[in-house]
Amino acid sequence: MLIKQPSDIKPSEITDKRIYQSRRDFMGAATKSIAAVAAGIALPGLLSHSQEVEAATAAKLSGLQKSSFSVTDPLTPYKDVTSYNNFYEFDTDKSSPAQMAGTLNTRPWTVAVEGEVKRPKVYDIEDLLKLVPLEERIYRLRCVEGWSMVIPWVGFSLSELIKQVEPTGNAKFVEFTTLHDPKQFPGQRSGVLDWPYVEGLRIDEAMNPLTLMAVGLYGEVLPNQNGAPVRLVVPWKYGFKSAKSIVKIRFVSKPTNSSWMKANPREYGFFANVNPNVDHPRWSQAKERRIGEFFKRETLMYNGYGDQVARMYAGLDLKKYF
Amino acid sequence: MKFFPALKALVFLACLIPLARLGWFGYTSQLGANPIELITRSTGTWTLVFLMITLGVTPLRKLTGWSWLIKLRRMLGLYAFFYVCLHFTTYIWLDQFFDPQTIYKDIIKRPFITVGFAAFLLLIPLAVTSTNKMVKRLGGKRWQQLHRLVYIIATFGVIHYWWLVKKDITQPVIYAIVLSVLLGYRALVWLRKTKSANLSSSHSKPMLKPSQQNS
Repeated sequence: MLIKQPSDIKPSEITDKRIYQSRRDFMGAATKSIAAVAAGIALPGLLSHSQEVEAATAAKLSGLQKSSFSVTDPLTPYKDVTSYNNFYEFDTDKSSPAQMAGTLNTRPWTVAVEGEVKRPKVYDIEDLLKLVPLEERIYRLRCVEGWSMVIPWVGFSLSELIKQVEPTGNAKFVEFTTLHDPKQFPGQRSGVLDWPYVEGLRIDEAMNPLTLMAVGLYGEVLPNQNGAPVRLVVPWKYGFKSAKSIVKIRFVSKPTNSSWMKANPREYGFFANVNPNVDHPRWSQAKERRIGEFFKRETLMYNGYGDQVARMYAGLDLKKYF
Repeated sequence: MKFFPALKALVFLACLIPLARLGWFGYTSQLGANPIELITRSTGTWTLVFLMITLGVTPLRKLTGWSWLIKLRRMLGLYAFFYVCLHFTTYIWLDQFFDPQTIYKDIIKRPFITVGFAAFLLLIPLAVTSTNKMVKRLGGKRWQQLHRLVYIIATFGVIHYWWLVKKDITQPVIYAIVLSVLLGYRALVWLRKTKSANLSSSHSKPMLKPSQQNS
């Protein structure tokens, strides 16, 4: 079990989230805490509830290793990372997932790893957390909608998991499936996407050391609205490729027809590599608004990860395979 | 109506609430993670709402018999123009920061921006000719013909919204339904008018010759 009491953590290894928040946010939070305490004095039931919530949101992940893949861009504030989310399983509005996230129950949780592998296994989430030492990786995230963030994820390379299950020669692609449960994900009651949410990677993309299985951010357990308890993070691709709340990882011989490809094949391709030179049919991808910044910035090829990933696409017509 | 001036002032102030709300959100830092997106969305939404309200005046007046409603229509229409100006300014200033190349490319290449920009341009002559003086200068009939452009403008506005949405088209569909009702009402009125005009013209001849009615 890697979720420890605050006293177990070396201070040097925790990213203090307060550093990244404006004074105003901090003051706001302080005011709310005072209000919660004040309400708690009047209503003991309320206090215990708010303490529970505090404990749940403050679950720290300890012993995090630093990663050489981390970028040095200034981090997007914790508040923005956790309140501006595309997570259609809850709702299509970006502020809703944070408000609705309580309906998702991340324990118990299992991830079935199956298909073209020699050692298929159903992993308990606690075992996944202990699979290899967790790292903190600061990645850029570029949404297909034209905004971006810089997020200090906590997780491990997907390749570590792949090595354990030993893919066969037929495993050319990897398919990721998000939990399908309209009780926990009210957005799945609508037909906005073809549920469950599925995404896919080519096996070399899945094996790329950048490809991360994230279980936390800002040194804490992953908030539900960010795809708890375990999600994919593929930083050189548009955000929708990074499937959230994963329950199944399947090794297959054919490319996945992902939820977004089914929704609109003209607009969303299998690769979805960040590419400023290939526009979305309805809007430009040349620039992006980094959340928290005023001016738009130029979007980088492969979101700035060309050194690590460009060779995988050598000779590929990126206009055709978008 | 005795209280009309007070009512008009009240409506005038109420129409400023969406802007005041944005101002308040800005002041209390409640504009969220992507304030420019929120401002663009909000001003765009309120433009559509004011277009719908403006188009709703005539049907509502006919249904309720409240003839004074018509005296609010110009103000409501001008508020639609006011919010579209804010929407457009947000886009060229805050979103694109006066980058003429990008704006030009957007308008040419992106259908949702093309149609939105067209709607904005078409609304300008309507705002310009909204004064009493201009109504007189143009003459009632020509003025009315020009202002029927609002049917196209509102349609373009809804299409603009529809085409920019990534997947969940619930909101644009709601606007499309409201617009269909508002334009459908006019189509019905027009149909009835032409029908009754045809009927009366076809009836008028036999009426003159009663003998033929018996044949």
